[in-house]
Amino acid sequence: MTEGGMINVDKVSKRYKVRSGWSTVFRDVDFRIAKGEKIGILGRNGAGKSTLIRLLGGVEQPSSGRITRTMSVSWPLAFSGAFQQSLTGADNLRFICRVYGADISETVDKVEDFAELGKYMREPVRTYSAGMRARLGFGISLAVEFDCFLIDEIVAVGDSRFQQRCYDELFVKRKDRAMIMVSHNDRYIREHCDRAAVLAGGRFAVFDDMDEAYGYYQAHDRE
Amino acid sequence: MSGDVDGAPKSRLLRSWAIQRRVIGALLMREVITRYGRHNIGFLWLFLEPMIFTLGVTAIWTATKSVHGSDLPIAAFAVTGYSSVLIWRNMPSRLVDSIAPNLSLMYHRNVKIVDIFAARLLLEAVGVATSFMVLTLFFAAIGWLNLPEDPLKVIEGWLMLAWWGMSLAMFLGALSHRSELVDKFWHPTAYLLFPLSGSAFLVDAMPPEFQKWILYLPMVHGVECVRDGFFGSHFTPHYDLGYMALINLTFTFLALTEIRHASQNLVPA
Repeated sequence: MTEGGMINVDKVSKRYKVRSGWSTVFRDVDFRIAKGEKIGILGRNGAGKSTLIRLLGGVEQPSSGRITRTMSVSWPLAFSGAFQQSLTGADNLRFICRVYGADISETVDKVEDFAELGKYMREPVRTYSAGMRARLGFGISLAVEFDCFLIDEIVAVGDSRFQQRCYDELFVKRKDRAMIMVSHNDRYIREHCDRAAVLAGGRFAVFDDMDEAYGYYQAHDRE
Repeated sequence: MSGDVDGAPKSRLLRSWAIQRRVIGALLMREVITRYGRHNIGFLWLFLEPMIFTLGVTAIWTATKSVHGSDLPIAAFAVTGYSSVLIWRNMPSRLVDSIAPNLSLMYHRNVKIVDIFAARLLLEAVGVATSFMVLTLFFAAIGWLNLPEDPLKVIEGWLMLAWWGMSLAMFLGALSHRSELVDKFWHPTAYLLFPLSGSAFLVDAMPPEFQKWILYLPMVHGVECVRDGFFGSHFTPHYDLGYMALINLTFTFLALTEIRHASQNLVPA
């Protein structure tokens, strides 16, 4: 039923109320992504990348325009903000399994194996180091299967061996999935995406050619 | 086990109902473990906390015998009264300011504000209902009260109270996302409403002029109904469940409107 799924972003704008009135983050963002496609979105800090990710994930609603999804969309990859700090890693994982209807024992085994937290899996998340938390976050993200993964800035997690495993899980084993990747760094986007878009000065521009996108990004650097 | 997609292709409504149930169940478990933990008696606190409250109040009212000089069974009066207070007072307290700390859960698309509310309300309802039941059986066993004359009426009144508590809680819970004043005002309001809520008096014992005014408060009708079911032959109850349903319905509508508004204005970190 997810065959031929897509995400359709139709003239989406987002604005927030601030003290001095309204602040528009971006307007008329317009693109679509089909199953298996990978699009990278370049933008500087504060350009609205994470806001766009939240709209795509359905966490926030657009101020105008529409987003239609006919495939399942992940939460931002490796996002660990939704962890309940006083619960153990395993409890947090079980919660995710229940929410998404995944098989608990099978998934726990898989994530335990992947995140390599050992006995810390049974300790409260608040006792974790930043690296452990990120490893758990990444592991849990891969515990549920999605048609489209949202990736808000690829951050290097763990040692190089762990990074290699993350890379394999995401870009090798799941290369048939759609991915929407935002970054201020063009390196990953060049490496993994077929298309790039630039978010600058509240405007959204899509390019088929990476160099063209990067040129535009450089030119609108200060907006 | 892919994202949103469940096994058999049932109708859309059935499928979203299945997802909703799963999500509320997951939140319920999370809430239980977070609130009560796995140490000592754990989630038994869910029933013990309201029981301790009710026991204390029953003990005080029995000792002072100050409530009524009539032949009313004091224990039944206290248990019905205080269990009723707990339901409409605890529910809003659990929901006020409950959206902000749970915002990051909204990254899971199936989790909605209503689900977070529902999980907490369900837990609260189960806790208070169990405490009410256990105390009734306990006091009946030691001969302090007689079992309800009309159990169905008790259940009816209690469900109406729970509905009132839930609609008020959801309304205030969603409204508190708009303004922090809700939290500031709810606590004193709840405190002031307690003596007026019909828990510590029988409407019939009040002067007629006061009765007219007090019966505008929906929870008074609920408590009177519960007591009618318990020991209706001992007093003249005054209640109108039709009026209470109307108020409950109004608040449910307000709550849903306000939840919708809050859902459209979520900004998670």
